[in-house]
Amino acid sequence: MRGLALALRQVRYENAAFWRNPVSAFFTMAFPLMFLVIFNLLFGSSELDVEGGTVSVSTFYVPSITVLGVIGACYTNIAIGVCFSRDGGLLKRVRGTPLPGWALLFGKVGHAVLLALLLVAIILAAGVLFYGVDVPSNTLPAFLVTLAVGAAAFCALGLAITAVIPNADASPAVVNASILPLLFISDVFIPLRDAPAWLTTFADVFPVSHFAGAMHSAFNPFETGSGFELFDLAALAAWGVAGLLLAARFFRWEPRA
Amino acid sequence: MSTAKSTPSAAASDAAIETRGLRKSYGALEAVRGVDLRVAPGETFALLGPNGAGKTTIVEILEGHRVRSAGEASVLGHDPAAGERAFKERIGIVLQSAGVDPFLSVEETLNLFRGYYPRPLPLDDLLDAVGLRGKRRERVRRLSGGQQRRLDVAIGLAGDPELLFLDEPTTGFDPSARREAWEMVEGLKERGKTILLTTHYMEEAERLADRVAIMARGRVVAEGAPSELTQRQASTIVRFRLADGAPAPPGGLTAPLEGEGGGHTLTTTEPTRDLNLLTAWAVEQSIELEGLSVSRPSLEEVFIGLMGESDAEGAES
Repeated sequence: MRGLALALRQVRYENAAFWRNPVSAFFTMAFPLMFLVIFNLLFGSSELDVEGGTVSVSTFYVPSITVLGVIGACYTNIAIGVCFSRDGGLLKRVRGTPLPGWALLFGKVGHAVLLALLLVAIILAAGVLFYGVDVPSNTLPAFLVTLAVGAAAFCALGLAITAVIPNADASPAVVNASILPLLFISDVFIPLRDAPAWLTTFADVFPVSHFAGAMHSAFNPFETGSGFELFDLAALAAWGVAGLLLAARFFRWEPRA
Repeated sequence: MSTAKSTPSAAASDAAIETRGLRKSYGALEAVRGVDLRVAPGETFALLGPNGAGKTTIVEILEGHRVRSAGEASVLGHDPAAGERAFKERIGIVLQSAGVDPFLSVEETLNLFRGYYPRPLPLDDLLDAVGLRGKRRERVRRLSGGQQRRLDVAIGLAGDPELLFLDEPTTGFDPSARREAWEMVEGLKERGKTILLTTHYMEEAERLADRVAIMARGRVVAEGAPSELTQRQASTIVRFRLADGAPAPPGGLTAPLEGEGGGHTLTTTEPTRDLNLLTAWAVEQSIELEGLSVSRPSLEEVFIGLMGESDAEGAES
């Protein structure tokens, strides 16, 4: 019980520290929105085939950028943040106190999830206000579950990847190299209607395409059912569990000597 | 110089820290090669030695940050490697370098850490102990290097620990900052804290520590109160000069007389006897032993002597 209270307290302090750096906070918030605006400016006039009909490009990009926002707040933010805390000796210092290690990481994860929720809210608001895109009420549960599974999986993967990042200076490079190519080949940045089959098959090995697939379904206006993409959610969850196990086994509290 | 000395009690279980045959190797490198230590409650104990002697490795084993390769270790009755919460609640750690969130204030940082402990020190006490009362609302990133180090110490004290680890608390300090830090540590001693500190400054060990273990190449090469160490080491140094044309100094001294005519040096373990012989001879000859001095080696001379022996040993093996 005390552990949980301490863990929630960590979230509060992480959050306070985050908003103390307003420039960083502003651009973290604005970054996905910039992509939403740019992609709509570039491709806004075209239409896309989806299951059951055709939609405007905006209907594609709102869920895509939602995926980007969650991955940015969870995976990228946690991985880089943990590497800097580790190099700075903060993780080691806290390990010498009675605070359980998991409670410290819970603070980072909890803060990341709050950030992700805020980003998703901003993206949804922009979708409704400027692009006429909304989550249909019949797929709302699917949207929320996809959001939860995606956020959890990418938090776990963010913790896991820190094990292979040698130092904080290398963290942005490693994290971007691991995620940007996937964002391009997984129906996030670019609608993959004419991509070679082998490429989409390759992309399906990784979690981003499943997150994007499940999210696109939840936004599909032609969806008459609940919109749950069980296979995608299962694949995403499997990646999350794998990330958690890898993190539990290989997580380092100190910089590499 | 420290004057107050606590006497280690007889029963082993009463020790704040006790190690036997402590070893730590990293691959082929043996950083700690069989170290026995005993630190009594309330004692300030210094591990003194050059970089790479194994001081930090020992401290990190005792803090629970490293797992020993062999030997026994008991800290406040706990096995530090077990990492129990009850153990961490009773110790305070000041690492050589450790970060805190730069965007939190001094006050927030200390409250964050105070919240980890069942019986934390009051915030004002912490601020006063390290002299940061005037900086309580300052963001950590705006503190000077010395102030950040003091915040490190305050964080180590947050839980009102029985035992405080200070790993090179003043490395990189200018002389006045070092003196301030020493006064701070002396304040902690007065509060009855047991302190284990590492340092490579002789002066620091001599001033702060009740007992010192001098380390070289992963071993303790000498241990005792600073005054004992200087006494135990060989000898007393007797120096004098003889005027030109004076007769040759007498034989029968317990140690060879070094130097010629101008300046003589005698490093003796029986200074009373040798001095008696020398002065009796001088009086008989009606000559003066010019510039006669009798001195003890400083801790620094002891240290350098021991390092020399250890180097010779290392070269042989």
